[in-house]
Formats: sequence, structure tokens, C-alpha cells
Amino acid sequence: MIKHLLISAAIVTASFATASAETVRWARAGDSITMDPHAQNEGPTHTLSHQIYDTLLQRDMAGAIIPSLATEWAALKDNPSVWRFKLRQGVSFHDGSKFNSEDVVFSLNRAMADGSEMKELLSSVKEVRAVDSHTVDIETNGANPLLINNLTNMFMMDKTWSENNKVTTPHDVAKGETNFATMNTNGTGAFILVSRAVDEKTVLKANPNYWGKNLYPNQVTEIVYTPIQSSATRVAALLSGEVDIIQDVPVQDLGRVSSSSALQLATAAQNRVIFFGLDTVNGPTAELKVRQAMNIAINRDSIKKVVMRGQSDPTGVIMPPFVNGWTEALNKYPKYDLEKAKSLMKEAGHENGFDLVLNCPNDRYINDESICQAAVGMMAKIGINVTLDAKPKAQHFPIAKGGDADFYMLGWGVPTFDSHYIFNYLVHTQTSDRGSWNPTGYSNANVDSMIESLESETNLKKRDDTIAKIWAEVQKAQMYLPIHNQVLNWGMRKDIDFDVQPEDTPHFQFLKFN
Amino acid sequence: MERFFRSDFFYHFCHAPVAIVSFITIILIILSAIFANLIAPTNPFDPSSLNLMNGFTPPLETNEFTGESFLLGTDDQGRDLFSTILYGLRISLFVGLMAVFLAMVMGVLLGLIAGFLGGWIDSIIMRFADIQMTFPSILVAMLIYGVARGILPPEVRYEMSIVVLIISIGLSEWVPFARTVRGSTLVEKEKEYVTAAKMIGLNRQQIMVRHILPNVLSPVLVIATITFALAIIAEATLSFLGVGVPTTKPSLGTLIRIGQDFLFSGEWWILLFPAITLLALALSINLFGDWLRDTLNPKLK
Repeated sequence: MIKHLLISAAIVTASFATASAETVRWARAGDSITMDPHAQNEGPTHTLSHQIYDTLLQRDMAGAIIPSLATEWAALKDNPSVWRFKLRQGVSFHDGSKFNSEDVVFSLNRAMADGSEMKELLSSVKEVRAVDSHTVDIETNGANPLLINNLTNMFMMDKTWSENNKVTTPHDVAKGETNFATMNTNGTGAFILVSRAVDEKTVLKANPNYWGKNLYPNQVTEIVYTPIQSSATRVAALLSGEVDIIQDVPVQDLGRVSSSSALQLATAAQNRVIFFGLDTVNGPTAELKVRQAMNIAINRDSIKKVVMRGQSDPTGVIMPPFVNGWTEALNKYPKYDLEKAKSLMKEAGHENGFDLVLNCPNDRYINDESICQAAVGMMAKIGINVTLDAKPKAQHFPIAKGGDADFYMLGWGVPTFDSHYIFNYLVHTQTSDRGSWNPTGYSNANVDSMIESLESETNLKKRDDTIAKIWAEVQKAQMYLPIHNQVLNWGMRKDIDFDVQPEDTPHFQFLKFN
Repeated sequence: MERFFRSDFFYHFCHAPVAIVSFITIILIILSAIFANLIAPTNPFDPSSLNLMNGFTPPLETNEFTGESFLLGTDDQGRDLFSTILYGLRISLFVGLMAVFLAMVMGVLLGLIAGFLGGWIDSIIMRFADIQMTFPSILVAMLIYGVARGILPPEVRYEMSIVVLIISIGLSEWVPFARTVRGSTLVEKEKEYVTAAKMIGLNRQQIMVRHILPNVLSPVLVIATITFALAIIAEATLSFLGVGVPTTKPSLGTLIRIGQDFLFSGEWWILLFPAITLLALALSINLFGDWLRDTLNPKLK
């Protein structure tokens, strides 16, 4: 029996070893904002970091939590507010130093430090302790049964490397800071950073000492990542064979890509909702009636039909259907009603309208600028004279987050698959460790304490009730105008075997060539 | 007026079909831009009049949702392309005209001063011009545009974007004017009438402006025509690169940029019609400018 197993293991290993070595040329609209894995909580930034850095836990294609750098984890039986993680043995960083519990303690503390955008995911954490060289305890304020969901984007850095290079805290992107880790990396991941030119080209090569060498296909030996903002250029690069995979096939070119004999199109619902945020403290949008008017003045059906060409799922709540707390009733979006919107504007004393600036990214979400442009027309119909200010995301995000914007576009993916993640970032009052992406000024002490209570609520029924209550408050306050959930369209070479992942985060060690 | 019709200039014009055709094209385009609000069936710059459901209607076909049809079709936001091109032409022509005017005033003044005064002033102005010549003018325009965009707050940036375009294109195109005027001034200032003017005690400003300037202007007219075409193309290029006028008030270049995204999907009209308009305009101005140069330059006869 053992002999039999050994032979099959040998065959498996041999088949991996003989797999063809290949470069994958990968493109999408925008670049990663920084290589510092804790400085930005943003999709494309995490996606690139995932190739280089590892997390304790990861999600499989079905969304289930599976081991990564941690092999076992469980809450302690006698004390449910402590989670114990067993770390993988024999893992080393790209520079050769060994991965151990010191690095986990350091990385999690770094992710909770000032400047980190990962804080909200760890807001329930009281202390992180190393038990021995490969065991770590995370103690939370009260038992948090869902803590492990928050660790799938929590990257592990090397303590010694970080100390030597003076990057023990993340840099604050919104303040324009940079540090050594902005352009340099030292992870445990499947790929090593070879060269990086921001917004131009990033080259990664396979890590020869990767711990997952025999666990995953690992057929990609080199990744060349090129951001291509123009959708026409991006799809032309795919059609001409200049790139092998693009994560965002423009909706108008889906037919062109799927009809090409050399290419395939992979489609899936994405865990990402697109919405507009409004200032609830200053200016005319502070008036609830104005926000309500704007909400029903948006014609979500025509955005879906014309701008998205059917490739979206209009919604009335800023929560993708993957998330715990999602209901059909919340998802139901308000009917487009111009007359009612106008009368609401009149009731609010703004029947003559007002001026507003709409801040919008132009290289982040699918057709982001076109959606904003359509919104300009829709707002004009109720008298709001909107000036569109569309910018690359690296400039847009600091404006949207900083609270200077009265009206801005944002998209939100939920890696934890739980409403708490949305609340803690987008609904909680903006404080030093929560609500960092809530520049709307919305602040409700009752809602805040409900959000905080979710972290230590072990009765899941009661927890879900609280979630429903918070959503009712959010829907009532209307500081966000939901638009739709995105649909993912990856275009790639026909001989590539790669599953589309709802978080839009390819992990290239899983890619196979047919 | 009668003198003009009997002049050599008019005679040559009547016997040059290229000049006639290009001149008529230019006049037609300019007139339709000026009277855009009378000719255009819709006002594409008024966002409240747009209906998104009209988006991507092919030329002369009926939209399946709204039942409306459009001569040249609509773009991705449901704007009537014919109207948008007319209104976009206004921006392109206005920016082109003002930029040429700015470049001309700057170039002629600096060229005149450099040529007439000579010495270290001449060296400074002309070396500066040489340095600027080594940069492509579109790069200079992008630099000025980028700085201005960074300084101005978003509310005024919108209105200012046209002004910034004019300044950035104008500042990048003054060198040819300065070089030509300096050259002619160097020749003119040695002539007897200048010496005579000096003898009767006129000061330098008077000699420069009243006596030399009128005599160096005819090549300026030719350069202005050519630069006008260049400026229109520069505006289109900047807008195409996304640093020009905003997409809610598109110029020809912005329309071409929008249309480019829909080439693969078969919505050809969004790109084609603005591109043809731009081509017709720039080509006519260039052809007319060439003819003007040949006619006004006695050495080429």
C-alpha cells in the first residue's frame, strides 16, 4: 500500500516537473498602488501582492477557507476568544530567512499600525502572541467566531527584513508617503519580484523554494504584468496575442473575444458592488430628501442595458449577493421615478437645483467613467448640475477617502463574505481604527455600537438580526447610492486552464496549460 | 472691394481649384460651427436633454427603445453625433484660433525684439526658442496642461480646461513665428527707410512697430494658417490622450477617443464621423495654407 502511494506520488511529482515552463503575460486596466501589502486595501493591489506574499489562510474557488501558511487553526476550547494557529514548517522568505511565529506576530501588528488600511479587519483583535516557533495565538475582545474570514488578505512579512529596511509600519498612501516596501518585496509566495516600473510593467519569476511546489500546478515560470488603461488597446493586445490573459474584457468586446478561435472568455458573478457616496454633513446632499431624490433619479436599468450591455446586476444595497446579510428585499432597487425625484427636490427647497462635483476613477471598475457620465445626465434631469472629475484611481482614492468629495464613485468587494466588513469600513463613524472608507460623515452612535457588538456575538441568529437592523439604518440614511454588482469577464488564451475567482484575484500558481 | 476682385491674388485664387475647394470646405465648417445652435437638432452639451437609452444607435436607423433616429447615429451616452460634432467643432476651432493668436502675438513680438535689438537679448530669446524646438510641441503642451491641472481646484478646472488648452498649445507653437520674424527683421532693419526713420529721430518702439512690423507680416500669415491646422490637431491629440476637454463637453479629439473604444465591437460611426470632420478641416487648412505660401512668396513664382 505504502509502495503504491509512493509510486503515485512520484508520478504526480514527475508530471509537475515535466510541465512546460512558460511565461504568462497578464494585463488589466490599472496597476497595483503599492507593493507594501498593508498600505492599501484595494483589489488590484492585493492581487499583485497575492503572487508575492502569502496569507495564513486562503479561499478555494468555492469560497471555502483552506490552509496556506497556517496548516491548522481552532478556537481554544476553554477560552473561545483565543484562536490558535499552527504554522507550516519549512517555509522560507524569498531572501532565504525562515518563516516563523515571530513574523506572524510582527505582520499582524504591522497591519494594525497607523497608516495601515487593513486595520478594520483586525479591529476585534486584542493581542497576538507567539506560543512557540510555529504556533500563534490571536486573542480577541470577546469571542469572535468569524475572525478567520478576515485573514485571507492579511499578508505575512519578514520581521528581520522589515526592521533592517525600516518598514515596520505601512506608509500612508493618501498622504503621499512611500517607503522601501513600496517598491521592494520579500514574501513567501510563489513568485519573486524581478522588476517593477509603476503603471508600465512588473516582472515576476517563479520562486524555486516555494512551499507549495508539490501542492499546486506551478506551471507558470514568469509573469509579465502590464496595466493597459485604454479598453480598446487592452482588447487589441489580447486579440493580437501580445498578452495571454486580461481580467477585464470591455463589455462591448465580449462577442469579439469569444468568437476568436485562439481565445476563451470566462464569466462569473463578481463579489463587488459599485455605488456613489454622498457627503451627509456639508452642502445640499446633507439633506436626506436630496439623497433620496438622487437615488430614484438614477436609472439603473438603462445603465445596465446601454453602458454595461447587460453585464451587470443592478442592486439597491451596497452588498454583493455572496455576503452574509444579503436578502432579496434589500437587493431590490428603487424604481426610476423622475417626477417623484423632482418633487423631493422641491420639498428639500432645491427645485432650482445646485452644483456638485462628481469624483470618479477611470481605470478601476468596469466602465467607471461611462457610468459617471451617465449619472451626470440623470442628475441634470432633476436640476443638479454635476461636474465630472474623472482621474486614475491612484489619484481618485485619496480624494474619495479623504472626505473632500461631496459625490464620488466607489466599488466594494467583500473578502470576508460578511456584512461586518462593509459596516466596519463604510458605515462606522470615521475614527482612527474604523470607518476609514466612510468619508460621508455619517455617524450614528447606536449603529456604531451595533457594529462593534458583531465582533463578539457568538449567537449567530442574534448576530444576523443585528446585521439586518444595521442594514435598515443604512438604507434609511441613504448616504450611498447603489448601482450594480459587477460581472467578471476574463479573456485568455484557449490553452490556459484557469478558474475565474469571484474576488477577481487570480493566483497564478494554480494556472495550468492544456 | 473691387480692387480685391481685380487683384493678382484673386486671379490666382480663381485658377486654383485646390484653393477654391479647400477654402469652401473651411468656410462651410466654420459657418456650421458658428451656427451650431441653429443647425443641430439637439444640444449635446445640455446633459438634461440626453437619453441614455438612445446610446449606440446606428446612423439613420431607428432606436429600438425610444423610436428616435439620428442622421449620423449616437455615441455611448446617447448623444446625437451630428450635433456633438458641430458643438465639438466650436471647441476645436475656438481653441485653435485662440492658440494661434497667442502664439502669433508672442512669436512676432519676441522675433521683432530679437531681430531689431540684437546682442544678448537676441541670444537669450533665440537660444530659448532653440531649446523649446528640441521638445515635441505636444510634450510641452502636456507639461503645461499637467501643471495647470494640478494647481487649479476641480470646480474652476472645468471652465479653465479650454483656457489651459489655449495657453499650452499657444506657448508650444510660438517659435516658428519668432524665427521667421527675426529673420525678416534682420533684413529689413538694414534698409534705407529704417535709416531714414532713425535720422528723423523716431524712437526704437516707433520704428519697430510702425515701420518694420508691417513689412515682416506677410510670411506670418502663411505660418498662422499652417499653425492653425497644427493647433487643431494638437487640441485633438491632447483630448484624445484624455488631458483635454472633459468628456461631458467633447471636442473632436475627445469624440475620437470615445469612438476608439467601440471599433472592435462594430460601432464604427462614433469614431469615423468625427475623424472625417477633423481630417477635412486640417487638410483644407493645410492645402489652403500651402497655396497661400506659394502665391504670396514671389520667389516661388
